[in-house]
Amino acid sequence: MSWFEKIMPSRIKTERRTRSVPEGLWIKCPVCDAVLYRAELERNLYVCPKCSHHMRIGARERLDAFLDPGSAQELAAGIYPEDPLKFRDSKRYKDRLAQAQKTTAEADALVVMAGTLEELPVVACAFEFQFLGGSMGSVVGERFKRAVDHCIAERKSLVCFTASGGARMQEALYSLLQMAKTSAALAQLKRARLPFISVMTDPTTGGVSASLAMLGDLNLAEPRALIGFAGPRVIQQTVRETLPEGFQRSEFLLEHGALDMIVDRREMRARIASVLRLLLKKPAAAA
Amino acid sequence: MAVAFLDFEQPIAELEAKIEELKHVTCDPEVNIQEEIARLQAKSRQLTTSIFANLTPWQITQLARHPHRPYTLDYIGAICTDFSELHGDRMYADDAAIVGGPARIDGRPIMLIGHQKGRDTKERVRRNYGMPRPEGYRKALRLMQMAERFGLPLVTLIDTQGAYPGVGAEERGQSEAIARNLLEMSTLAVPIVTVVTGEGGSGGALAIGVCDRLLMLQYSTYSVISPEGCASILWKSQDKREAAAEALNLTADRLERLGLVDQVIEEPLGGAHRDPAATAASLKAAILTHLDALEALSREQLMAARAERIAAFGVYGESSA
Repeated sequence: MSWFEKIMPSRIKTERRTRSVPEGLWIKCPVCDAVLYRAELERNLYVCPKCSHHMRIGARERLDAFLDPGSAQELAAGIYPEDPLKFRDSKRYKDRLAQAQKTTAEADALVVMAGTLEELPVVACAFEFQFLGGSMGSVVGERFKRAVDHCIAERKSLVCFTASGGARMQEALYSLLQMAKTSAALAQLKRARLPFISVMTDPTTGGVSASLAMLGDLNLAEPRALIGFAGPRVIQQTVRETLPEGFQRSEFLLEHGALDMIVDRREMRARIASVLRLLLKKPAAAA
Repeated sequence: MAVAFLDFEQPIAELEAKIEELKHVTCDPEVNIQEEIARLQAKSRQLTTSIFANLTPWQITQLARHPHRPYTLDYIGAICTDFSELHGDRMYADDAAIVGGPARIDGRPIMLIGHQKGRDTKERVRRNYGMPRPEGYRKALRLMQMAERFGLPLVTLIDTQGAYPGVGAEERGQSEAIARNLLEMSTLAVPIVTVVTGEGGSGGALAIGVCDRLLMLQYSTYSVISPEGCASILWKSQDKREAAAEALNLTADRLERLGLVDQVIEEPLGGAHRDPAATAASLKAAILTHLDALEALSREQLMAARAERIAAFGVYGESSA
């Protein structure tokens, strides 16, 4: 936080809608320092045209870009979070929720849309990392389960973009149990022989990585995403040695056999559509 | 084995030390030592009862981690016969932080799997302090699938800080190993009874804990994160671990009240380590009761009930929007 933000009244700070990518006409790529024109960057799905760095993007922006234009219909939007434990740390969970809802304009950290992908019927969901670190609580679990139920009822494929620090501590054991709930839902999807494509984006760790994210028929990832069970800091504290170069990045996971492929965001639609057509034995797309 | 006392048990420890001292005093005809010992022992019991009647969640966390607390192999020795420990995940290694194999309980064949901590330094290191690596979870899955193939009910005992956060564990797919178990256990076609006997630490615990009945020993804990971890993330201070333990609702009685636990198994006065035989007897009785109930169900009923149980996890609101 800069000195200016520190002295700024909190009212101004909280009312600003935080975005994954900072506001402004010009944006500097955090990796190669190239100064980029926002409109152009937007057209490029927030991938730096100079160095291909994949910036984090919000759940709705991602789904908008992924599904066929005009095809998306939100599912399970009426499910909202509660605070069953009246959890309070340095702040109340209720207040943290209210703040996150205000800054992201989302009710919780998972957005689910039914739509089409190159005309294939799919359900696509995406984690909103700006909402309490994309953490998985009861709402994320239930929305994910409804997404699976919808797929089974309507014979659709499921695609999920994860961006999450893991389970939501403020929901204590309830949040841990969402790992079982989402995994059990995927067991049903598997039994129905419907494809699940998991796309891990930066970052995907903890309870989300150790449940739904790793259970794809295909496990994909965006380039250079941080993916792992334990966070690098925790591991560093435990093993007390420097971590290998590129540890827990997509490329590292691909090399160790955890991923099927790394896909550039700009090719995500075409790649997933092409694989789905193969798995569903549909004709290839017209060239 | 001498009893190790926790900080909040100091008054009991002092009294017990006095009793020990008296036992070694050579006969003094002036005072009736036996009477005095009996009097002090009664006082010690009373003191223990009063201290244990009002334990805080943090104190219970310490009991769950007590170095003398019985571990999985202790319980297996006490409640099972014919246990054959099976080793290895058939892919990479044998993880000593998880033990398992077929055994009999009250003459009935079951498959038993549990976390295993070490008793002395050397064994603690060998068992990695009860923190499994992916090969531990894969061994567990192999045994679960064997149980399903031969129709043996599955009993799992949970006692771990969590899955091991190490470089090798990440390289070999810790996340995938845990996730796979969650998925497979949700449809494993045999009854599953899980008992948290000590620490129920996050995903590393849940990875052998998707079940039809969840039981907890009275002074065990089950949580998404340790009180220390929670304190350092949410309060940015390790000193807040007591407040975190409170907020996390990680004790057996709280979780029972929230409807997340089917039965709390009472422990002897002072905790399981004060009387391991009595603890094991209660554990055995509870396991048998729940196995009986589950084995009375048809396979379809069992699967439907488990699916429903898992689907109901969570608390949320819903509007018609």
